Parts: sequence; structure tokens; C-alpha cells
Amino acid sequence: MELVQIQRSLVDYTKSLFMEGFLDAQFLQLQQLQDDSNPDFVFEVVSLFFEDSEKLLNELIIALDQPNVDFKKIDSHVHQLKGSSSSIGAQRVKNACIAFRNYCDVQNIEGCLTCLQQVKQECYLVKNKFETLFRLEQQIMASGGSVPTIELGF
Amino acid sequence: MARNGGVAWMRTTEKIDGYDLSTSDTEEVHVLAVDDSLVDRKVIERLLRISSCKVTAVDSGRRALQYLGLDEEIQKKETNGFDPFFYCDFQGLKVDLIITDYCMPGMTGYELLKKVKESSAFREIPVVIMSSENVIARIDRCLEEGAEDFIVKPVKLSDVKRIIDYTTTELREGELREGARAKRRGINKRKQREGDDDLSSSPPSTLSSSTSSSPSSSIQSATAPSSPSTLDSPTRRLKMTSSE
Repeated sequence: MELVQIQRSLVDYTKSLFMEGFLDAQFLQLQQLQDDSNPDFVFEVVSLFFEDSEKLLNELIIALDQPNVDFKKIDSHVHQLKGSSSSIGAQRVKNACIAFRNYCDVQNIEGCLTCLQQVKQECYLVKNKFETLFRLEQQIMASGGSVPTIELGF
Repeated sequence: MARNGGVAWMRTTEKIDGYDLSTSDTEEVHVLAVDDSLVDRKVIERLLRISSCKVTAVDSGRRALQYLGLDEEIQKKETNGFDPFFYCDFQGLKVDLIITDYCMPGMTGYELLKKVKESSAFREIPVVIMSSENVIARIDRCLEEGAEDFIVKPVKLSDVKRIIDYTTTELREGELREGARAKRRGINKRKQREGDDDLSSSPPSTLSSSTSSSPSSSIQSATAPSSPSTLDSPTRRLKMTSSE
């Protein structure tokens, strides 16, 4: 595939992620922080997020499995996950966390379990999206091209 | 508490990339960033560096106090003969600004703010609070306690630039006042040697200060490295002896 075509694919793909709500404006902030001196910044932060979220999700599974569920602890974990997903612009994960916290507040275990599944699902989905994104970027770099930047206002 | 685990939680970026530097060394703002989230720490560190700051990022309020040399626990331990070497590296460059997350396990950003403002040595350092919760009561409480500003997360580049701008301005004004005072002293000395009558305070040409803060407090907040440190804690003394 020609370089120009891959670049167009990347732009279209990124736009679709915004349209579908996977990403929000904070992701654009992250991209602004990437430059020649820090060419892998976005990849690094996103990777950190997935390492972090995996740990948090495991903690949540364990915490919800206890005979006496500690809702404060669960809320704390979800709060963390909400924070870091918000920092990278992973909007759907963040929203799923908000819903999760609401069920924590009223100590509804069934609601929490459902939300946990949703958060897991959203993390999984956005992870795949990012992998595709990074793969396209790598193809562009390998062909000697530069990664096009997305402008707001589409 | 392993010795080799000492610096794992803290990273100081003392060098800015060559082409990032648009200000001279003395004007670079050194920011102490405090956040328990690894993701957020990485982002805030980058936001600050791209805004031409030196950054030290720590993961808790406790580490922040240790870096400042304010941690009572460590001071107590050292006065009891505990090995100071482990801690001496933790105190570093003079901090011009503290930016801290509100919600942290152990010590919250609010508690850190209080501790800083209660300290005579560090209360002049502006403290900015970051929080994902946009709660008016929380914001008010922080501002009442002396916080410089309150940023709602996620933090954007424009938030950081705004804060660095007015911190730099305040520091520069502090330096100008300091420079002006030094100039006046210099002029006075020369006049005395020449035998002239006392010089009435002629305002220096560069000064356009509109603040009314007392001279002693602005000296403390200026970045002049020659100003004597008022911090005479056991940690500082021990640090000097162990470096021989």
C-alpha cells in the first residue's frame, strides 16, 4: 500500500475512534506532547495505562469476590482507573468507571459486577483500537513517512 | 525499607533538552510534582518539561516532604542516630512550585498543602492542587488554605502554561526587587566612599513592582542562590557532614 494511503487510513481510523466515543480531546493533548525528542510518548503512556488497568481490574475481581465486600476499597480502585483512563482520553472506559462508582455508592453488588464486566470490555476494546493505531503509525514510519496530526473540528 | 529501593520512586530531570531552552538557567522553574498515579505522573512530567521546567516527580505527599526536607519522621530518626546517607540524596534543588494531586492514599494533597504552608521555610512556595472532582467546597477549602490555583483533571497544556507563566513572572519580580535592592546598596556604598550625603532611595529604572509585600518575605522567595538558607534542620547539617 502506498504511504499516502496508509496515512489517510490512519487519519480516518483516528477520526472514527473519536466519532465512536472511544477517544476524547485529552488524547489530542497527549499527541501534542509527542515530538522528535519524545517520539514514543503516546505509546509509553498508553502502555502504562494498560499495565495499570490490568492490575486494578484484577484487584476488583478479587475484591468483589469477598464474602464481605469492601465498597470503599472498590471505589478507590475504580476512582484510580477512572482517573488514568481520563488522562489518556479513553472516554468509554472513563464513563464505564463513572457508572461503576454509582453502584458502589449504593453498595449494589450485582450492579458492581455488571459494571466490572463493562469496564473490562471497554478496556479490551480500546486496547485493540490502540494496537491498530500504533500498527498503522509504525507502517508509516517504516515507509519513511511522518505521522499526520489530527486537527480538532472535524 | 530497602536501601537500594531509595531512588526508584523519584526522578529528577535536571537537564532540559538543548533546543527546549528558551530561558536562561536561572529562570527555569523547578517544579515538584506529586501524584500517586503512574500514568498521571508521566503526563504531568511531560507537560512541565515541554513548558521548559525542571521537574521532580514523586508518588506521595510523604516523599514530597522528604524531598523538601520537611519530613518529621526522618528528622526524628536521624537525631536518633539512624543512617542519614540513605536520605541525603533525597533533598535536592530549590523548589519553585509544587503541583499536587488531591486524592492520594496516606497524605492527601490538601494535607501536603497545609504542611507546606505551616512551614516557615517553604510557605512562600506556590502550591497548585489537581483533582478530577470539580467540587466547589473542595476548591474553596484549598484556596482558603493558601493554594495558588486548582486544576480540574485531566490536565491540559494550557493549564500548565498558565501556571508556569505567572510563577515565572512572580519569580522574576522577586529577582528584580532583589537586584534593585542590591543595586541601591551598591550605589549607597559608593556614595559613602565618595563622601556624598546619603542617597535618597532613587528607584532603579527596571523596577515596576506593584506589590506591597515586605522585603524579607520576597528575599525568601527569590531564586538568588546566595541568599542564606533559613533551614537549619538536623537533616541539612547531617547532609553536609556525610558528603565530606
